[in-house]
Amino acid sequence: MARYLLRRLAALVPTLILVSMLVFGLQQLLPGDPATILAGEDQDPNVVAYLRQKLHLDQPLPVRYLYWAGGVLRGDLGESLRVQKPVTELVLEKLPVTVQLASMAMLIAIVIGVTAGVVSAVKKDTAWDYAANVFALWGLSTPNFWLGILLILLFAVRLGWLPASGYVSPFEDLKGNLAAMIMPAFVLGNAFAAVLMRHTRSAMLQVLSADYVRTARAKGLSERVVILKHALRNALVPVITLGALGFGELLGGTVLTESVFTIPGFGKLVVDAVFNRDYQVVQGVVLVTASAYILLNLLADLAYFFVNPRMRG
Amino acid sequence: MMRLWLAFALSVAASAAAGQTLRIGLAEDPDILDPTLARTFVGRIVFAGLCDKLFDLDERLNIVPMLATSYSWSADHKALTLKLRQGVTFHDGEKFDAAAVKYNIERHKTMPGSNRRGELAPVESVDVVDPLTARLNLSAPFAPLLAQLTDRAGMMVSPKAAKAAGEKFGAQPVCSGPFRFVERIAQDRIVLERYPGYWNKAAVHFDRIVYLPIVDATVRLANLRAGQLDFIERMAASDVPSMKSDARFKIAKVVEIGYQGITINVGKSDEAKKTALGRDARVREAFELSLDRQGIVDVAMDGEAQVGNQWVAPTSSWYAKNVPMPKRDLAKAKQLLAAAGAPNPTLTLMTPTTSDAQKIAQVVQAMAKEAGFEVKIQSTEFATSLNLADKGQFEAYVLAWSGRADPDGNLFSFHACKQPLNYAGYCDAHTDELIKASRSAASTAERQKLFEQIAAEVVGKARPIVYLFHRHWLWAHTAKLSGFRVVPDGMVRVQGLKLN
Repeated sequence: MARYLLRRLAALVPTLILVSMLVFGLQQLLPGDPATILAGEDQDPNVVAYLRQKLHLDQPLPVRYLYWAGGVLRGDLGESLRVQKPVTELVLEKLPVTVQLASMAMLIAIVIGVTAGVVSAVKKDTAWDYAANVFALWGLSTPNFWLGILLILLFAVRLGWLPASGYVSPFEDLKGNLAAMIMPAFVLGNAFAAVLMRHTRSAMLQVLSADYVRTARAKGLSERVVILKHALRNALVPVITLGALGFGELLGGTVLTESVFTIPGFGKLVVDAVFNRDYQVVQGVVLVTASAYILLNLLADLAYFFVNPRMRG
Repeated sequence: MMRLWLAFALSVAASAAAGQTLRIGLAEDPDILDPTLARTFVGRIVFAGLCDKLFDLDERLNIVPMLATSYSWSADHKALTLKLRQGVTFHDGEKFDAAAVKYNIERHKTMPGSNRRGELAPVESVDVVDPLTARLNLSAPFAPLLAQLTDRAGMMVSPKAAKAAGEKFGAQPVCSGPFRFVERIAQDRIVLERYPGYWNKAAVHFDRIVYLPIVDATVRLANLRAGQLDFIERMAASDVPSMKSDARFKIAKVVEIGYQGITINVGKSDEAKKTALGRDARVREAFELSLDRQGIVDVAMDGEAQVGNQWVAPTSSWYAKNVPMPKRDLAKAKQLLAAAGAPNPTLTLMTPTTSDAQKIAQVVQAMAKEAGFEVKIQSTEFATSLNLADKGQFEAYVLAWSGRADPDGNLFSFHACKQPLNYAGYCDAHTDELIKASRSAASTAERQKLFEQIAAEVVGKARPIVYLFHRHWLWAHTAKLSGFRVVPDGMVRVQGLKLN
């Protein structure tokens, strides 16, 4: 176990270096001059020249990379030129918001998706199964922004139960925080629940027809124990992989939902930064997201160890 | 006992009024909150609550006193003497005086990255005549100077705080406006609180202002409807009818000082020579004649704009009446194209991806086709489009300008030779002379005359920009809010605003 962990951790280093190069390099492919867009409406040539120098845009690409990578190693991700704030600070400010949103969405997705998947597999070809499938199709085919706006119009404008948009820190007002986050979390979770449901269903169907399940039943175990302990546990292996990947996706893919609900999270930060060519912010945020993604994958691999005994050998 | 109750009721009423918060929904997240470095339109809306200026604008765009109570020009118009308001303090308690004016103008002119340098270029030095009198010495007469001082160039920050914070001043701005800075969470909120030492306290009726950037117009409006916002700027034109019928809300609108137009590459790069549109002024005239401006406004803007053919709206006192708006004339357009030897010119119209710009491009495409133009729409993300325009890699470009109070701000940088916003690459020695003369002309009548001559050249002949219309600034607010002043610069002045 320890050796496996060390090997995996060692492999992280070159991956992260490669990722940092990709993050930096790909951004250079963005059309448009960041100095021009940051110079704003007036396009004063002095300001453009000043920004170009400040951003090291007058230096060759490898030099610029080293400036940035050096900073990253010291824990300095640079500074947002648009709002004059260190990127590290922005990341620390926005990351918890998106992590909370993604976690709530994930929880909603798991509760709805896995339950619906198990039910539809166990009750295959019954009304339960059809209902779960219709739900999955609905979840997959509903655009996030549309569902978001509809929920706002219903729950905020018409019924007045929830705030239309915005964010309150849970440390300031936990109730207000949950009220503000429930709609966006549902919108995000809803789509992912559908994916989880489909995967759980097919994995469960496969496992339920396996020999050891038949053996378990033959041993006289109750159906509840057979399904929850024997079948679901094994069926969860692919679902966990999907969940880990999905969580990474949720972290990076909250953009539309964050925009609709005006949640000041990671997604909105990076999209605004791309449009404003606030390079330092884009680089910092993408690097942190990519690292999180890689770590989550590692955690998923480790989770297999605990869930599936066959992998420990 | 009765008196006690009365006192209690009064104190409750007073604290309710004093404890009020005004929540304003913005269409974008502002940039740096430092008047010297600030670059965006939306940032100016926040400054309206935070930083007072030397002068302000009224509803008719007249220049009115703010931190300066009066001004006088020297006989040669090369010195502007300002009398300053007494008893004004900055949010850190420091005194506002002529030395502060000198510091601020010099900061605008010398700070690295300053966006105000160009606006104050002719100001050579500032003299402190006495504590309440400052004199700005100019290298040459400069008519737009007073108007510049009604915007960020005229905003005064605390010299002590600015010196201490250096280039980080924008993170904790200290000005002398009705509200002082409390906190900013990027993309989430900017919070200001009432400054008790404000010189015009009587006009301030809120304890706090919270500015919330909500980019999506539908969501911004939903927040207003749900009661989470009191005021929103830039409401979508398509929402006007439904809001008009809702008694809980009020709409305010005014014709902007900016414009929407199509910039044509007439000399920015060699590409200009490759197209009939760039080469031949007759083709550009035909292009203009193929367009029905009111039709564009009706379809693309839901009627919420004022058609126009110049850098200022026909409703402006600076509009050049000698170059009236031409009506759509397909026959004449076809004639002109035939005369130019290009009966079916093709042109690529670079269009930012905003929905307004896309709609405009589609209507223009359909209209111009009837005169023989083959218009291809090239949808381009804004930052990229700006870069292509700067390099001259475009034929025609759908571009808007937020506008400046003085017409020079809509004219000089766009039509004078080699100016940064002259994406058309238009450069004509005679027009250049006229534009320069208009900047140093002393009287309004003289400037007006020069603008007419410039309009005859630019709008009547060369057409590097085909102006289409001037949008309506559309604001919506709860009907309980009163005292909003509708000024064409699109700002939200918080003095006088009150929740009843």
